Amino acid sequence: MSVQSPDRRSGKGPAPLLEVQGLKKHFPLYKGIFSRVSGQVYAVDGVSFRIGRGETLGLVGESGCGKSTAGRTLLKLLEPTEGKIMVNGEDITDLDTAQMLPYRRQMQMIYQDPYASLNPRMSAGEIVGEPLTIHRIATPKERRERVTHLFERVGLRRELMESYPHEFSGGQRQRIGIARALALSPELIVSDEPVSALDVSIQAQIINLLMDLQDELGLSYLFVAHDLAVVEHISDRVAVMYLGRIVETTDKTSLFETPLHPYTEALLSAVPIPKYGARDRKRVILTGDVPSPIKPPPGCHFHTRCPYAFARCRHEVPVLRQALSGHWVSCHLHDDGVTLPLAKRPEA
Amino acid sequence: MPDETILEIENLKTHFFTTGGVVRAVDGVSYAVRSGETLGVVGESGCGKSVTALSILRLVASPPGRIVEGAIRFAGANLLDLTESEMEAIRGNEISMIFQEPMTSLNPLMTVGRQISEAIVLHQGLSRREAFDQAVEMLRRVHIPEPERRVHAYPHQLSGGMRQRVMIAMALSCGPKVLIADEPTTALDVTIQAQILDLMRELQERLGTAIILITHDLGVVAENADRVIVMYAGRKVEEASSKDLFESPGHPYTMGLLGSIPNLEVAAHTNSRRVRLTEIKGMVPSLADLPYGCTFAPRCGFATDKCRADYPPLVQHRPGHWISCWHADRLLGGSS
Repeated sequence: MSVQSPDRRSGKGPAPLLEVQGLKKHFPLYKGIFSRVSGQVYAVDGVSFRIGRGETLGLVGESGCGKSTAGRTLLKLLEPTEGKIMVNGEDITDLDTAQMLPYRRQMQMIYQDPYASLNPRMSAGEIVGEPLTIHRIATPKERRERVTHLFERVGLRRELMESYPHEFSGGQRQRIGIARALALSPELIVSDEPVSALDVSIQAQIINLLMDLQDELGLSYLFVAHDLAVVEHISDRVAVMYLGRIVETTDKTSLFETPLHPYTEALLSAVPIPKYGARDRKRVILTGDVPSPIKPPPGCHFHTRCPYAFARCRHEVPVLRQALSGHWVSCHLHDDGVTLPLAKRPEA
Repeated sequence: MPDETILEIENLKTHFFTTGGVVRAVDGVSYAVRSGETLGVVGESGCGKSVTALSILRLVASPPGRIVEGAIRFAGANLLDLTESEMEAIRGNEISMIFQEPMTSLNPLMTVGRQISEAIVLHQGLSRREAFDQAVEMLRRVHIPEPERRVHAYPHQLSGGMRQRVMIAMALSCGPKVLIADEPTTALDVTIQAQILDLMRELQERLGTAIILITHDLGVVAENADRVIVMYAGRKVEEASSKDLFESPGHPYTMGLLGSIPNLEVAAHTNSRRVRLTEIKGMVPSLADLPYGCTFAPRCGFATDKCRADYPPLVQHRPGHWISCWHADRLLGGSS
């Protein structure tokens, strides 16, 4: 049983498109007039995962769990504190800005807020074409053709290339963001809450578009979101994060059918289901709030809210291990083999 | 007694008079809520669900907004006929409201205890001391740990979920007959949302309060509301019991909404690449420039010339199931 990268595939064969090992991102906290470092925010505290070609990995968790920071750090928009990021088997962790340039073409990002992420002084056409300019790709004429093509591909009329961001609705702005991310024909797109600012009817349009593009272009996605239903819909595999760590990861069906981590179980039962009668299902309601990532609890980060926590959970950090085939979990309940259903243990 | 209508809105029209024209935010909406019941009001941004609620408490900023027509009946009176001071006796006392973002609705300079007791002093005439003790009791009822200590906390010292609990404590401190909850859990994480909704149910059972639950989240509605109103572009397009609405929706917009959200159970068991969500094409029309006929027709797959010419009346198709669509009979037949 290995404790390295959680993935169905073995280490053999071609390297995965993206592999992240023990990634950490800590933010120092400063205090006083000499800006003394007084503490750390342990935003991402050792996460490992792989994404294969054409695959979607969903990264789900509640606010402050570090999912967005993880997405940004692996694109090196933030410098990792520790760990390793590999693209097509090549280590990019320590590359500088210039060295990163060719890799940036392969990895793009879509942001949550289509209002804040577009430059208001640039026309939509300029926004979408800017990556081509930065990477000095194509002549101006070819660039224009490419932008026109991208507009049509994401379902925007070509006349709109001359319009400015404020003239678009939220859904259209998100389409501009997607077109821009596609401009360099990337292999991997990290999308950070791409639909959570949109109305439900528009949300469906964007989700369908992302899935069509994936089929057509063979894209891989890291889909970062808090909405478990959306994540389950779009992903092949799902990783659940809590306070900077991945607590469980497996294919989406197993995650739903046999959640092994108490946090996943609670998260699944907290998602409201739009079906009559859903209110009568048995549910686990967690008590309390997520602790601060500045002072995460010792042992298992989740033990303060876990209905099944026992003595070991309070001082010993559980490791992410493969408990069932392709199903990774970090929880002491399964130390001596998988125990299902999850339940409180008699204190030893 | 439950089953007794406590608040009734009749043909409410709230319009905003802006330089860009008249925005018909609420355009002839009627609904009623009974004691002890939770009425869900759903719709997307700009459908008028929140403006309707603000109109009930006469909190719409004027200018530019004005209630141009309709009646709001509560305890035998039309709230629209009351004087401002009579209205003040109702707000926060008989009808109270909680909002999406508790941080912007709480006063950052006052301790939560002061804020809760303020309403109690104002409406129930208790002394400051008594009101403060009652504030502690209210915090205990909304399950805030260590209420004796938390009562001295300022809003910024509390988490989002705790702030929403404080809002609920404040809203319920005077034992209102109606609680209007406008997206009460939208800003919260799901595990905290579950706690807050659970708390609201528990308090409703105990106090018999009628709740108007305004939300965009159909899951929240399915799990909490007894009856549901669906709004689109300032009007009510469908009204039904939760069971009817989710099991046999009759308006194409409701059907579209239900098809456009991923269902956790279905999503987990299907290869998503093969399952597309239903899209509602286009977007919500501008309320200052609504299309002729049915306002949903431009986005509707069932629309015919009749739909584009005349707005369909709201018709009762089954007991308690009202739909405003020319094709509702056919659509209901198809879905049941």
